[in-house]
Amino acid sequence: MTAAVDTRVVRRRLGPGRRIRLAFWVGPVLLLAVWALGSAFGVISPAILTAPWDVLTAFRDQWVEHDLLGNVLASLARAGLGLAFGALAGTVLAVVSGLSRWGESLIDGPIQIKRSVPTLALIPLFIAWFGIGQEMKVVTIALISMIPIYVNTHNGLRGIDGRYAELAETLAIGRGEFVRHVVLPGALPGFLLGLRFAVTSSLLGLVVVEQYNATSGVGHMMTLAEQYGQTDVLVVGLVIYGVFGFLADATVRLTERKVLTWRRTLDG
Amino acid sequence: MAADTGRLTGTPPAVRVRDLYRDFGPGRTVLRGLDLDVAPGEFVALIGRSGTGKSTLLRALAGLDRDVAGHGEVTVPDSVSVVFQDSRLLPWKRILPNVVFGSRAPDAVVRGERALAEVGLAGRERAWPHELSGGEQQRASLARSLVRQPELLLADEPFGALDALTRIRMHALLRRLCETHRPAVLLVTHDVDEAIVLADRVILLDDGVVHTDVRVELPHRSPADPAFAELRAYLLDRLGVHDEDVPAGRRAAA
Ligand SMILES: Nc1ncnc2c1ncn2[C@@H]1O[C@H](COP(=O)(O)OP(=O)(O)OP(=O)(O)O)[C@@H](O)[C@H]1O
Ligand SMILES: [Mg+2]
Repeated sequence: MTAAVDTRVVRRRLGPGRRIRLAFWVGPVLLLAVWALGSAFGVISPAILTAPWDVLTAFRDQWVEHDLLGNVLASLARAGLGLAFGALAGTVLAVVSGLSRWGESLIDGPIQIKRSVPTLALIPLFIAWFGIGQEMKVVTIALISMIPIYVNTHNGLRGIDGRYAELAETLAIGRGEFVRHVVLPGALPGFLLGLRFAVTSSLLGLVVVEQYNATSGVGHMMTLAEQYGQTDVLVVGLVIYGVFGFLADATVRLTERKVLTWRRTLDG
Repeated sequence: MAADTGRLTGTPPAVRVRDLYRDFGPGRTVLRGLDLDVAPGEFVALIGRSGTGKSTLLRALAGLDRDVAGHGEVTVPDSVSVVFQDSRLLPWKRILPNVVFGSRAPDAVVRGERALAEVGLAGRERAWPHELSGGEQQRASLARSLVRQPELLLADEPFGALDALTRIRMHALLRRLCETHRPAVLLVTHDVDEAIVLADRVILLDDGVVHTDVRVELPHRSPADPAFAELRAYLLDRLGVHDEDVPAGRRAAA
C-alpha cells in the first residue's frame, strides 16, 4: 500500500505553534539542574546558596524533628483562606461595580485608593484592629489578593460585547440569570487572570504576616532559622514557597484551559 | 396604496405604531412620523434602501432603543423574538444551551432539539458556536427565536449569509413554521424576491415613513408567475431602481 499523497500549501505560522508535552516543567527542571551543577562544581559556594542535597537533608530533618508538614499545612490554610475570601470579595465587588453605576461610584474609587496604599503598610493598623492572631493574617492576605481579582474581573466584565446584553434583554431574562449566564462566563477569562496574580500576592502576604508572632507555618520556621543562622533551613522555606507558587499557578492555568475551551485563541 | 389595518377588522393589531420619530442628532432624523399596523399572524416584509431606518424601526419595536431620541406610540405583544443580523450566539455556551437560553418551558430541551432538527442542525447540539459555519450559526439563532413561540417575530436580514439552496429551504421552513405557530412577522430584507415569496404584505420604507404598502396576493409564489414579475417590477420602481439600471440581459425578465 502506498502512502496517501498529502501536498498542502502551508502558511508560515505566526502564532506560537503546537503545544509541547510537559512544557510546563522544562524551565523549573533546567533551573534545578543549574543549581545542582553549580553546587557540585563549586561555582556556587554553600555560603551563597546551600547545595540541593544539603537542602534535602535539612528538609528531612525539619520533617522528622520539627513538624514541617504541620507548618506547611498551617501556611497553606492561611493562604488558602485569605485567597478564598479575597477572591469572593473581589468578584462580588467587581460584579456590583461593573453592573451598576451607583455601585461603581461607591466601590471603584475606594478600591483604586486602596491599590495605591501598599497593604503591607497597613499591617500595623490591622494588628491594632484584629490583634496578632490568625484574623489579622487572613484579613491581610484577603485584602492583598482581592485587588487583582477585582481589577481583572471588572475589566473582563466591562469588555463583554454589549450585543450579548441586548440579546439577553430581548429574551426577557432576569438580572440573576443575566449575571449567571452572560456576565460571569464573559468575565471568567479576566477573573482567572486575576486569580493568577492573586495567588502570587497571597504568598507574598503570607511571607510577611508569618513573621508576626506566628507559632506555626513556613514563615515561623524561617524566622527561627534566621535567628539560629541556619541557611539550609531558610532555603527549605524558600523552596517550599516556590513550589507553592508554581503549583498554584499551574492549577489555575490548567483550570483556565479546561473551562475556557469555548475560546479560540493563540493558546490553542 | 393605503395602509391596510388587519385582515380581520375588529381584532386589535399585533403591532401598532403611530407617529414614530427617531433621530440620531441634528439633521439625522431617521423615522419621521411613521405609522404601521401588523395584524396577528400577518407576515410583513420590510424593504428599503440601505440607511433608511429599517433596523432602527425594528429596534424600536424590540424595545432596544431607549437611548435614541424621539417619540411616538408603539404597541407590541408580550412575547417578541428577535433574529439579529449577526447570529449573536453566546460563545461560551454550546449550541443547544444557546437555543434554549432564557426559555422557561419545562420541555425546553426537547423543543430546542426539535427546533435544531427543523433548521437542519440535528447532531450539532454539543458544538461550540465557533465550530459552526456562518450560515449554520444563523440557522441556530433562528432556532433560538422559534423555541419561544413568539407572538411577534422580528428578523433583520436573517438569511444574509446563506447560500441560495439553504435560503430556499429556510424560506420554506419559515413559511411552514409561521403557518403552524402564526406569529406576526416583520422581516427586513434587501431581496425583493424574498419579500414577495415570503410575505403577505410588503412595505417599503423611505424618507422615514412607510412609502409603499402592498398586499401580496399571488396564487403561486413563483417567479415564473407573470403577476410575480409585475409586483417585483413595481417594487423595484418604488425603490428607485429604473429600467436603465437593470443590465440588458435581465431586463426581459423584469
Ligand atoms: N447608533 C447610531 N448612531 C448614529 N446614527 C445611527 C445609529 N444607528 C443608525 N444610525 C443612522 O440611522 C440611519 C438608519 O440606520 P439603520 O441601521 O436603521 O438603516 P437600515 O435601513 O437598517 O440600513 P441597512 O439596510 O444598511 O441595514 C443610518 O443613516 C445610520 O447611519
Ligand atoms: Mg439594517
